[in-house]
Amino acid sequence: MSHPENAAEFLKDAQKSKWHDETLWFVRDKRDKVSKRIPEWEQLRELASGIKDNVLANLANYLEEFERNATKNGIIVHWAADSEEHNRLVLEILQKQNCTAVVKSKSILTEECHLNPYLEKNGIEVVDTDLGERIVQFLNQPPSHIVLPAIHLKKGEISELFHEKLHTEKGNEDPAYLTQAARVHLREKFFAAKVAITGVNFGIAETGEFVVCTNEGNADMGVHLADVHIACMGIEKILPRRKDLGVFLRLLARSATGQPITNYNSHFRSPSPGKEIHIILVDNGRTAQLEREKFRNSLKCIRCGACMNTCPIYRRSGGFSYNSTVPGPIGSILSPGLDLKKHSSLPFASTLCGSCTDVCPVKINIHEQLYEWRQEVTKTQGDYAKGLSMKLANGIFKSPLAYKISGSLMRNALKSLPNSLIYHPLNVWGKNRNLPDPPKESFQQWYLKNRS
Amino acid sequence: MKANSPSVALFIPCYVDQFYPQVGIATLELLEKLGCTVTYPSGQTCCGQPLANAGYARDTVGTATHFIETFSDYDYVVCPSGSCTLHVKEHFPAIAGLEKKQEALEHKIYELIEFITDVLKIERLKGKFPHRVSYHSSCHGQRGLHLSSGSELNQPPFNKARKLLENLEGLDWVELTRTDECCGFGGTFAVTEEALSIQMGKDRLADHLSHKTEILTGGDMSCIMHLQGIATRSKQELKFLHLAEILNQALS
Repeated sequence: MSHPENAAEFLKDAQKSKWHDETLWFVRDKRDKVSKRIPEWEQLRELASGIKDNVLANLANYLEEFERNATKNGIIVHWAADSEEHNRLVLEILQKQNCTAVVKSKSILTEECHLNPYLEKNGIEVVDTDLGERIVQFLNQPPSHIVLPAIHLKKGEISELFHEKLHTEKGNEDPAYLTQAARVHLREKFFAAKVAITGVNFGIAETGEFVVCTNEGNADMGVHLADVHIACMGIEKILPRRKDLGVFLRLLARSATGQPITNYNSHFRSPSPGKEIHIILVDNGRTAQLEREKFRNSLKCIRCGACMNTCPIYRRSGGFSYNSTVPGPIGSILSPGLDLKKHSSLPFASTLCGSCTDVCPVKINIHEQLYEWRQEVTKTQGDYAKGLSMKLANGIFKSPLAYKISGSLMRNALKSLPNSLIYHPLNVWGKNRNLPDPPKESFQQWYLKNRS
Repeated sequence: MKANSPSVALFIPCYVDQFYPQVGIATLELLEKLGCTVTYPSGQTCCGQPLANAGYARDTVGTATHFIETFSDYDYVVCPSGSCTLHVKEHFPAIAGLEKKQEALEHKIYELIEFITDVLKIERLKGKFPHRVSYHSSCHGQRGLHLSSGSELNQPPFNKARKLLENLEGLDWVELTRTDECCGFGGTFAVTEEALSIQMGKDRLADHLSHKTEILTGGDMSCIMHLQGIATRSKQELKFLHLAEILNQALS
């Protein structure tokens, strides 16, 4: 289904969509307040954007520098051109370890690669250890938000789910009680896993280390208990120097949830004796996006989710309406690069209000790229009728006479037609909105009469 | 520029021309009261934004060429719409042979309020408007033309329209809960994403109504047409006026 159909469906439950809007607005509001406590906030954004510009302009060099230094540190570096290669590499490492159960902390990249179903098909149990991700995993759903994966669910629904899966008391909706039940459940999984998979927030070229940010400490718990750590990293996550982290860590948590800092910012540099760290550097369409000049800087994204929280469309249509791993405004400029046909309605799921661009901590011009993707969508798969009507409009607008005639025809039609015809089902504008009362003359006609 | 009486060409967006002539008239009269020599170049049509935002910017060459030629001979072009002004400034296709005229136009076209505050340098208007007024900030005016500070950015708060309105005698300014959320008009979005567009409009209206506003104003009739359409359908007793209408009435 296209975005408008999904959005209309989501809006049918008026109470829930209102709650969804207000919940995410609350997060956006927290972000506003905490970002305004940093006087140099706008300079930080500028700096972060500049650092990322440099990274994107020299990506190959930084990646090779990272590979050299990581290898020196004892990390095993792999390269994956696409999701298939990424998934195969993960499976090979697991099979070598005779591992049949893994724990995984949050990684949108592994969602993008559909790693879970692939591993499960190959007989491996995958347990997502981020609480929100575990919840959606129980429901066989993808995350509906990249930072708040289960934000579409209310606590009553989670209580019911935990009652079924974890045998908690029926009807007990106390968040502390439910969280405790999840902790006990996850602890067992942590102890049993020989391999832990994590995502990567930042890879540092200068030192060959990488940083994983979580609020729950689940990445650390998994990694420290396992013998082998597999880190999956999109190639755009590289930063040149360790000191650049100071810029990004300050922006990330504030933009994402309004916290001054993420609870756990864990640096991984070398494996402990007897253990292994693997890092898989994944392209999966990123170099293709890098080549698209107008869309290149979408790769600056640090996956904070602020554009989702601020987006008046996302808040009222929910993450699933986008049918894309990364939903919301940033997803709507990333996903068309992966599959333009499948995601062709996403660049239009926006009023181009520009709020996403202004909250973005790395200053991606998201709404301008949405506009540019619209131009691409109509080029490659232009809907013939719409294209024709646009050509017709151009014909009218470039000719003053045609404009005058069609304008007065329209006004007269509105004046003389009965309401039943004006508010015909084909007039989508008029389904829930009145049209303005047609005036007796246009401004142009008034001007000719009164001023010339 | 002629210091005392700049020659101003009025650009009246197509839907204002057809549906809201009173907004065009108010804009013209207001500018004249402020000492401008105003001309309405005949033969003007539309800026082409509806086509471009729908993904057909490449089909707007004819429209844009006609626009540039119609308006190139004036000191200033003033328009009572932030959205159309932004389109001319940022989204006209490059037109071979008209580069110079096009660049000049981008620098001399102004939205009405910014023309008053930034070009005419008028800080306060003497007038009277004893009503409770709330302001809908249009996204293109705000985030595109920077007519007011955005709630997303860490910048000193400012609002060019508010400054003019608040100085009017008797005007009671309404603080909204969400100061600059989009109303959901969005051009073709209003039709292609009808359900969302309506919900966004209803939510914006509810914010205005919950603060007991009497008149909802703004700088873009497109947002107002959408909000008013929803309000009329649900029989809300709310008045809608363009900023030009308020200022023109207040000054008379």
